[in-house]
Amino acid sequence: METINFLITGVGGQGTVLASEIMAAVGLAAGYDVKKSDLLGLSVRGGAVLGHVRWGETVYSPIVPEGRVDYLVAFEQLEALRHLGQVKSSGTILVNQQKIYPVLVSSGLAEYPSDEVIETSLNRTAKAIYKIPAVDLALGIGNSKVLNIVLLGALSSLFDIEAAVWEKVLEERVPKKFTELNIQAFREGRNWMKGK
Amino acid sequence: MKKLMTGNEALARGAYEAGVKAATGYPGTPSSEILENIVQYKEIYAEWSTNEKTATEAAIGAAYAGRRAITTMKQVGMNVAADAFFFAVYTGMRAGLMIIVADDPGMFSSQNEQDNRHYAPFAKMPMLEPADSQEAKDFVKIAMEMSEEWDVPVLYRTCMRVAHSASPVELGERNWDDEKIPEKWVRNQEKYVCSAMFAQKKRPMIEERLIKLVETSNKIAINRLEWGDRKLGIIASGPVYHYAREIFPDATFLKLGMTYPLPEGLIRELAAGVEKVMVIEELDPFIEQQVKAMGIDCIGKDIFPRYGELLTGDIEKACAKAGIIPWEKVAEQRALTPQGLPGRSPVLCPGCPHRSTFFNLAKIKDLIIVSDIGCYNLGALAPFHATDFMGSMGAGFGVAHGFEIGGIEKTGQKIIGIVGDSTFFHNGVTPLLNMVHNGSNVTLMVLDNSTTAMTGHQDHPGTENTLEGKGKRVDIEKLVRAIGVEHVLKANAFDVKSVDAAIKEGLNHEGLSFIIVEGPCFFVGKNTKPAFTVTQDCNGCGTCFKLGCSAIARSEIVDEKTGRKKSSIDPVLCVGCTICAQVCPRKAIVSTQAA
Repeated sequence: METINFLITGVGGQGTVLASEIMAAVGLAAGYDVKKSDLLGLSVRGGAVLGHVRWGETVYSPIVPEGRVDYLVAFEQLEALRHLGQVKSSGTILVNQQKIYPVLVSSGLAEYPSDEVIETSLNRTAKAIYKIPAVDLALGIGNSKVLNIVLLGALSSLFDIEAAVWEKVLEERVPKKFTELNIQAFREGRNWMKGK
Repeated sequence: MKKLMTGNEALARGAYEAGVKAATGYPGTPSSEILENIVQYKEIYAEWSTNEKTATEAAIGAAYAGRRAITTMKQVGMNVAADAFFFAVYTGMRAGLMIIVADDPGMFSSQNEQDNRHYAPFAKMPMLEPADSQEAKDFVKIAMEMSEEWDVPVLYRTCMRVAHSASPVELGERNWDDEKIPEKWVRNQEKYVCSAMFAQKKRPMIEERLIKLVETSNKIAINRLEWGDRKLGIIASGPVYHYAREIFPDATFLKLGMTYPLPEGLIRELAAGVEKVMVIEELDPFIEQQVKAMGIDCIGKDIFPRYGELLTGDIEKACAKAGIIPWEKVAEQRALTPQGLPGRSPVLCPGCPHRSTFFNLAKIKDLIIVSDIGCYNLGALAPFHATDFMGSMGAGFGVAHGFEIGGIEKTGQKIIGIVGDSTFFHNGVTPLLNMVHNGSNVTLMVLDNSTTAMTGHQDHPGTENTLEGKGKRVDIEKLVRAIGVEHVLKANAFDVKSVDAAIKEGLNHEGLSFIIVEGPCFFVGKNTKPAFTVTQDCNGCGTCFKLGCSAIARSEIVDEKTGRKKSSIDPVLCVGCTICAQVCPRKAIVSTQAA
């Protein structure tokens, strides 16, 4: 079987690291060999973050090889654009409809790409694009912080792995008092995809 | 049941399983999480030491005492530690000792790119290199046994992609008597006193040992020939093995876990069994040059780059260019990303105590700002651009003194040296001693944020806690005064004017002056106050943008008189540090509590 390659992009503080941890653990629970790699360090200071997750029969490199991303899971729109070149033409893009201005933009030194540029760039990259209002969905259940789990819920609907497997991993990885909120967030994302 | 672990988690687990009793280190990406994970194993004593040399000496001493010991550092930390482990190669120890270094090919968070494999032949010690998390764990035990068998420290070289990647690990047990007291020390000067007369006697043994270790390298299970297609025989180690396997699933491989001394027998066997040998290694041609010195021709740095990471795509492209694989097999990036996207470089966090210092420094002309390593190096970036130099730990003071003795002040420029609190303890105290003794006349600053922030908030001698619990806090002011600095000034990092006044007074003072800017890192203090907001008095002057705070943005509301866009503050990101309110000339930034 072909290895399934995920690239997770976003901004420090959005919960991408937990998301990639959960994705890797789910892959392992589903019987795959799994590798994962996060770029840490400076990136936590409001910088861009990048995570690689791979599921397969035997996975060698922990980094998704250039140009071979099957699923781009972007937590922020600008960070989605930055990595489009890595996505296969048969790939899928899930993008959170959030914009976080880098300091260069907020201080007026650079422009954030227009909605038109974002739209055309995404469309010419892949056929399957899901624009997910993860912040709104998370706020809908009372906490914007779980936007990462909402996105995982959405992603989960694209695989034949039972929701229970994801939810069990989720329970193991989040603090007990937030279990219910996170499960709710996961289901919120998964349900949103049903309409698509 | 396999457990998903990062390389650093697995290494810590390996130390636990291998009966390690003492672990020391100084934080540095990508090595910091090793000790942070070891601390969960109560059987192991763990400490953040003042610097890598101190840490290495402590680990060596623990191994002398008879305890298996490890020390951890990032790639440049190896240079600081070197003075210590070189002598340990001569003395040997009474228990296993591992020098763990995490290299950073690609320089993701380092000031230079250095290939620390060279330290193995340089110091004349054996070296192991794990390729993934399972090996990161298993190699600790192998290293400990090798260290004890050969009475020599073992260099354990990991790298960012092993340290920060995760893969499944089969766990083992710790079969170790933790209650056992070390054997009594018996004086043995010939072994442990490294004076020339004793060391000279040992010198031939050190060479003989390396020759004998070649046989170990030939036989050890972690060096293995994986026969496949005989056209190409690839030598690889560390994560590069996995990148290369991805491209050449059917080729013959010599997979190396022990990379010094090299297994000459296995290399000759490989060369005899394949049409062509190819060495794929990141950074320097460390293996390649040794293979060539054996008289074996190989492909290597003639096609692969000598710097940066050598990921799957890089190997593929180099091999396609050299005609080893067809271009059709190479999946390159597609040109789909729009041109000119704004970058997202790291910035000082909202609530950062360093902001007031760099806001003030950026305004001063004819000032050479000699900075150092830590979050405060972000003062080098937009919007401050307020540093002239950054090089190595402690150089913020040491090089400042150098500018002085170079006579730069004759140009009318003044000098200020800046280090952080953890950096000050690491290697800032000795240059300060030097400057006091030699009558220096510069201004020095310690930006004391009560933590080692950049690497993830580790404690240091200036904090209340140690890695394991309560410690004794060393007072920077008392230390500096005891060293003999007479003109010591203190400023509150969250009071812009007090920082400004201290810098001005320091620069105007004749003689050495020392400014301590105090204010905890936001993640230590976690002192969130109600957010601030911009009132209608804002005329878009832009002063607050000079603070480089990600909570402050240009709004779409235009001031009628000036025609400039007004500022706005993101209530979610703002932590209410008040700095922007202090610098606003129109007093147009107020607390949401007051508004």
